[in-house]
Amino acid sequence: MTGRLLLTIAHRLAILAYIVFALFPLFWLLKVSVTPNDLLYSEGVRLWPSHATLDHYRFVLENSAFPTFFKNSLIVAGSTSVAVTALSSLAGYALSRFRFRGKYALVALMLITQMFPLVMLVAPIFKMLSPLGLTNSLTGLVIVYTAFNVPFATFLMQSFFDGIPKDLEEAAMIDGASRFVAFRQIILPLTLPGIAATLGFVFTAAWSELLFALMLISGNASATFPVGLLTFVSKFSVDFGQMMAAGVMALIPACLFFLLIQRYLVQGLTAGAVKG
Amino acid sequence: MASIALSRVGKSFGTVSVLNEVDLAIEDGEFIVLVGPSGCGKSTLLRMIAGLEEITTGTLTIDGERVNERRPKDRDIAMVFQSYALYPHMSVADNMSYSLRLRRRSKEIIAQAVSAASAKLGLDPYLERRPKALSGGQRQRVAMGRAIVRKPKAFLFDEPLSNLDARLREQMRAEIKRMHGELGATSVYVTHDQIEAMTLASRIVAMNAGAVQQIGAPLDLYDRPANLFVAGFIGSPGMNFLEGRCEQGADTSAVVLPKGFRLPLPLRIPAADGEKVTLGIRPEHVTVDAQQGEIEAAVELVEPTGLGVILHLLVHGEPFKLFSTDRALIRSGARLRIGLPRERLHLFDQAGNRMAAL
Ligand SMILES: Nc1ncnc2c1ncn2[C@@H]1O[C@H](COP(=O)(O)OP(=O)(O)O)[C@@H](O)[C@H]1O
Ligand SMILES: [Mg+2]
Repeated sequence: MTGRLLLTIAHRLAILAYIVFALFPLFWLLKVSVTPNDLLYSEGVRLWPSHATLDHYRFVLENSAFPTFFKNSLIVAGSTSVAVTALSSLAGYALSRFRFRGKYALVALMLITQMFPLVMLVAPIFKMLSPLGLTNSLTGLVIVYTAFNVPFATFLMQSFFDGIPKDLEEAAMIDGASRFVAFRQIILPLTLPGIAATLGFVFTAAWSELLFALMLISGNASATFPVGLLTFVSKFSVDFGQMMAAGVMALIPACLFFLLIQRYLVQGLTAGAVKG
Repeated sequence: MASIALSRVGKSFGTVSVLNEVDLAIEDGEFIVLVGPSGCGKSTLLRMIAGLEEITTGTLTIDGERVNERRPKDRDIAMVFQSYALYPHMSVADNMSYSLRLRRRSKEIIAQAVSAASAKLGLDPYLERRPKALSGGQRQRVAMGRAIVRKPKAFLFDEPLSNLDARLREQMRAEIKRMHGELGATSVYVTHDQIEAMTLASRIVAMNAGAVQQIGAPLDLYDRPANLFVAGFIGSPGMNFLEGRCEQGADTSAVVLPKGFRLPLPLRIPAADGEKVTLGIRPEHVTVDAQQGEIEAAVELVEPTGLGVILHLLVHGEPFKLFSTDRALIRSGARLRIGLPRERLHLFDQAGNRMAAL
């Protein structure tokens, strides 16, 4: 009896330790963002500054281009996640349900695209986008992000479709639905957890992408938030307070987004567990 | 209501042929049961009728019209799946009305059709529930309800009862039969269970390894199986087989069993002298006779079934079954003598085909 209790306690403690470990950087982010500049170094290791301030937030919102970065990131991450999810759910369905010529070659090709270090592709992509006028543009970023995320998202969606019995859409087709109607009315609603997971995954990936955003965009007008963060680094100093304040605010949409899809996500992650 | 005809219908997956040259004419209102061991191609055949599987060769007609290329949604056929395939995100009522909603029927017509079907199937208390909150038997009924609400040309069933327990299966079997009596709709029913086939079918199509073995009324298949496969498949416990050689006499033949035992037959059979033949007799037709019994058998195992008793015997070293309603046999000793009534014997030639009527 006491053995079980001890085990439970040890288990909880281990989880707690993990949570502390995982969330500590986030806490530090928050802490630095409310620490006045003069206390930043003098009270460097204190868990909470002796006097907190929202000055950094005010400054970032009023005097920096951060609101623009924020808006740009929202547009890019939002469009990318919607575009990728739409494409990958159709492609994933096809991979899950149809036999067609060249299917395995296609899958292999999609896998290969995932193997290149992105750095290698920056130059050629720049070369391609520049004559099209797609550098320095949010559209260009959306296209590049979509292209990079579709293969993985397709495999993800395929695995979700694989989990849904074929019988269901066959029953729907016999009931009088075309394949597309069966897909939309029967299969898609059952894949909502998968769609939520894909949306979330792609949204965060696009939200935090730095390499291409840095290489393809110059100037503040179409910079995204990760690029914008770098503007707080000047030649001689780093304005940690403002950088962290911007960072905290950048977390908000991601958190909101996950809150929104959380219900479906949990369903999706535990779908295998509850299937009777 | 419809007639369905298959003419030399075949199916291959890639280079693997799973069905060859199936010919079958189903008349309006018939209840056809496709029966055969697992993997023989029953589901594939049914799915080709439904339009879920392409037809590789041959022609499928519904009401005289060729429908090989017609999409499932345009064939106006309903199907009950083994897995039931209920839409998990819809209530029972929505599951049943889905086909009518796709056809944009009016609200009143839909409500009427759903309540008629649910009353018939006893689903009234569950109309608002999701499938996952139903028992297996209730799900099965919803699947049936979904098929009957739309009054299709024909019903297809793919092992609809195989996920139910024995008692429920028996009950649903009777209900399906009664429903067919009421609706009189053309039905094609797939099962591997020969009892379901016998009890439900107006005609049975016995299949093995992608080929039709025999088509006929249930009792036809029972009384006059066309070959060894059908003889062994239909009936439970299964038919006994004894291999022997034909010995032709002047006007009559005899079969000589391996141990030299000679079984005279009352007539001449169309086989060459010395040709291999197989004798078949159903366990329920074997007689026990302590004095007159012609063959001596060793009792291996006694299985009382309540209705009667199944004896597992060894006849000349070969397993042999006997079924009798005589309970006294439960206490039969280690040996007994059995008789093989000639009028109950089935004879099959070298190729396994039915040879003669005795
Ligand atoms: N999609 C498929 N691809 C390849 N072979 C298949 C496919 N579907 C069924 N088969 C094969 O066809 C044969 C008949 O299958 P099926 O019609 O399901 O048998 P049954 O319903 O009589 O058990 C089996 O050998 C099976 O492996
Ligand atoms: Mg089957």
